[in-house]
Amino acid sequence: MSAAPILAAFRQAFAEAWAGGAGALLPLGFLGGAAVLVPLGIGSDTQTLKAVGPGIIWVSLALSSLVTLERIFQADVEDGTLDLWLQTGAPMAALAAAKTLAHWLAAGLPLALASPLLALMFQAQASVELLIHLGLYTLGGLAFFFWGGVGAALSATVRRGGLLISIIALPLYVPTAIFGAIAMTGGIGSDGAPLLLAASTLFACAVAPYAMAAALRLAAD
Amino acid sequence: MTISTAPLIHATGLAIMRGERVLFRGVGLTLSPSDAIVLRGANGAGKTTLLRMLAGLTRPEAGELARAAPHHWIGHKEGIKPQETPRSHLALWAQAWGSTADIPEILEKMALTRAADVPGRYLSAGQRRRTAFGRLLLEHRPIWLLDEPYTALDAGGRAMLDGFISSHLVANGALITSMHDAAGFPVTHEVTL
Repeated sequence: MSAAPILAAFRQAFAEAWAGGAGALLPLGFLGGAAVLVPLGIGSDTQTLKAVGPGIIWVSLALSSLVTLERIFQADVEDGTLDLWLQTGAPMAALAAAKTLAHWLAAGLPLALASPLLALMFQAQASVELLIHLGLYTLGGLAFFFWGGVGAALSATVRRGGLLISIIALPLYVPTAIFGAIAMTGGIGSDGAPLLLAASTLFACAVAPYAMAAALRLAAD
Repeated sequence: MTISTAPLIHATGLAIMRGERVLFRGVGLTLSPSDAIVLRGANGAGKTTLLRMLAGLTRPEAGELARAAPHHWIGHKEGIKPQETPRSHLALWAQAWGSTADIPEILEKMALTRAADVPGRYLSAGQRRRTAFGRLLLEHRPIWLLDEPYTALDAGGRAMLDGFISSHLVANGALITSMHDAAGFPVTHEVTL
């Protein structure tokens, strides 16, 4: 088996994410908008903002990663591309993982990269800690995209499946959100939390592709 | 050159349910090299479903299905992304399939030279069909499964497709297609659903 179909799927998905007017930037706008609204809502008290900042960014990151996921498999069902990918002979789980990774690179990674800017808005000190947080957001965001991809695959044949994706994916976001938040707040267990976050992301990357593949095969049936 | 006469596809007793309804049952067919089988049947009889089954996309409810060679599939949906041009579409699938076919030559054969760099969202239905049929020429595969291939093609497009199919059959290829019109190539037998 060659890796050619998997690379081609990655290439197509990456091009698709950027096609149609920089759709990949949409989640970034959503993240920015959501995070900016919070200080307006809870007031400008420095200590409060400092305390809630990391958590608010986690929640905004989780929600904004859902923004573009609706189309990643639904478009393939509608235009017939899914039928072609299913017939390449390559493992569908690998193809689904390649597509999810492409969408994460186009739409998910920019979210994590924007997190230090948002953290500054929440009165965080500009320090190396922000870069560590960036790494944690990157790890967590990857898990969000893989779990969201499962929701996207399951709702690929559902019109306006965006809400369904949220309902399927949000519970799966829980471990990431918990370990991510603990790692940043520095409370009990915060030493091991980054490792647990990484483990839960690894678990997502390992399990979600098989769930996506099964859902997509059903969608084509 | 040895000519194999072992069947490329052998299917017996295929049945499929759609919801609570049995769409068809007891359908069998054997496709040998150089065969062209045309599926006939009214709208909704299950021609597309049978073709998807033969392509391995839909699982039959009952029956046996064996496919002995790789196949090309062209369905109603062409599989062209809005941002893909005929050229980039064929290049992508050439990459995916590991084909080294000459893409400009295929575009010329498909009379797509002028539309070669037009994004999918601006292509006409006929141009989309021609692009999809271009995939048939990327790689030689013995079995072609075509779902109503004449749809949206003009007279020139049909003649072109008939030509491709005829030479595919001569080269020991085989074809199963659904259509409502008379076929422009030698038909071995018809299956009515």
